Amino acid sequence: MALPRTPFLRHPGAVAGALILIAILLMAIFAGILFPGDPWRMVARPNLPPFSPGHLFGTDMLGRDLAAGIAHGAQVTLLIALAVTLLAVAFGTAIGAVAGYFGGWVDDVAMRFTEFFQTIPSFLLTVVIVAIVAPSLASIILAIAIVSWPQIARLVRAEVLSLVNQDFVRAARVGGLSTARIIWGHILPNVLSPVIVAASLMTATVILIESGISFLGLGNREFVSWGYLLGTGRTAFRVNWWLSTIPGLAIFLTVLSLNLVGDGLNHWLNPRNSNRGGRA
Amino acid sequence: MDRLGFLTGRAARAVLILFGVIVLNFVLLRLAPGDAASVLAGDQGAADPAFVAELRHDLGLDRSVPEQLWIYTKSLARLDFGQSYRDQRPVVDIIAERLPATLLLTLTAFCFALGTGIALGSIAARHAGSLLDTVLTGISVMFFAMPLFWTGLMAILLFSVWLNWLPSYGMQTVGEGGSDLSLVGDVAVHLILPALTLGLFYMAIYMRVTRASVLDVLDRDFVRTARAKGLKPGLIWRQHVLRNALLPIITFASLQAGQLIGGSILIETVFAWPGVGRLAFDALMQRDYNLLLAIFFITSTIVVVINLAADFLYVAADPRIEMGA
Repeated sequence: MALPRTPFLRHPGAVAGALILIAILLMAIFAGILFPGDPWRMVARPNLPPFSPGHLFGTDMLGRDLAAGIAHGAQVTLLIALAVTLLAVAFGTAIGAVAGYFGGWVDDVAMRFTEFFQTIPSFLLTVVIVAIVAPSLASIILAIAIVSWPQIARLVRAEVLSLVNQDFVRAARVGGLSTARIIWGHILPNVLSPVIVAASLMTATVILIESGISFLGLGNREFVSWGYLLGTGRTAFRVNWWLSTIPGLAIFLTVLSLNLVGDGLNHWLNPRNSNRGGRA
Repeated sequence: MDRLGFLTGRAARAVLILFGVIVLNFVLLRLAPGDAASVLAGDQGAADPAFVAELRHDLGLDRSVPEQLWIYTKSLARLDFGQSYRDQRPVVDIIAERLPATLLLTLTAFCFALGTGIALGSIAARHAGSLLDTVLTGISVMFFAMPLFWTGLMAILLFSVWLNWLPSYGMQTVGEGGSDLSLVGDVAVHLILPALTLGLFYMAIYMRVTRASVLDVLDRDFVRTARAKGLKPGLIWRQHVLRNALLPIITFASLQAGQLIGGSILIETVFAWPGVGRLAFDALMQRDYNLLLAIFFITSTIVVVINLAADFLYVAADPRIEMGA
């Protein structure tokens, strides 16, 4: 991975995104210390509006502290996003690398398979899978990963195709290295930076998909994510507006910061591929 | 590769994808808790094993897996998706009733998103680096990060609950009779919030893609040549920049068709819009898997057809494809 010349800090949007993201990560990590005990117990009068003393985000219809819910929900939301991204990147990279390296019919089969998952209505598919397999942390992670990997596969394939005939790869082949070692040790390190960018942008999309699934009521009481909070707050949102507004804001800020960081990383790591303003 | 070959290849891919959807549907149907026979039998209040076995035989559930897949494919080809477990009506009838509402919503949202997205994206690219560009790009970044259903809820809160300007529920005012014209007006008013909510998210995406695409074209040699030979800026813009920049957007927008239809399940749930998305949500709540999977199959088919249509459009719009570009 070649080191970029301009510092990451030169992109103000990305820095702002990174700061918001760090704040949200800290909130998730220290949720248990900030709001000890079960976040789903009654702590105050029901339906307290935001900025009530001791309850910054107010309480819900059962007198539960929304701020505690947001902090603990961050853990679930971020955990799902991270797990899906890791799974999708691993699978997508494997498919893309094999397709790009071997070419021919292997490439054809892999690309038709990838196209299939890119064409069908992906959100509907995740919903159908989660509903049929029964909602659990694992089924939600798996279902979102199933529709998320194709873009990584396409990206990796394109990168590998551009590398596979370069001298250093030929040299490795002539040197008698095994295919696995060539792909793992010589090709994939060169594909890393665009994959990092795509992964950070994907994490944002995953959070949106997960929140949609939970919002539809396919979440589970045992892992309350932001989308779940939003969905349960929705029933009374015309009166207790904060119960759906605040979890939505949390999702919005997280997705926004991930997109900003992703764009910043893209400008930083792949300056040639990015469309910066002021070029025309 | 000639045009015909290109299009034949695309059509073959479309058929392949549809077959994939059938297999996926079939697998999911088998994974669903309780097969059709036990659900039907349960609904009729009979747990008699002999009755269930007879039903299983009628439904072909006692055959081998490939045989069942073949039976399933044949029935789908006849548009026979079976009965809704809950409604006891053919699934295809229920979906056909709801499809127009969804098409109205998604097409309105799509036209709005594509129109404003291309307009604002090219304005941003034309003034790249200026304050206007920063503001427009900022707007696109914001809407791109908002969960669709949350934007919808916030829009209801603002325009229906607090300002009381627009209706937030359903497709028509309940109990409102009157002329055809007032009915059209009533539906249009109900359409504004859901279509805008769905559209704004995709507008953000199209804006981003248009801006990038236009900037890319502006950098090309033929634009430089056009400038150097002294063509009027307006002419360069229309004939050289926009025409070339918009081609990738056709393909991109058609690839988004599936996402747009998928997004309608959230929007229709939030706004109680009586379309297929809302139907999918109800099917989900009632664990009516037959209905749910039929919706998945039909929407996938629509998406495949749209993508194929976009390929034809692309060939018509871009003569270079004849050279295999």
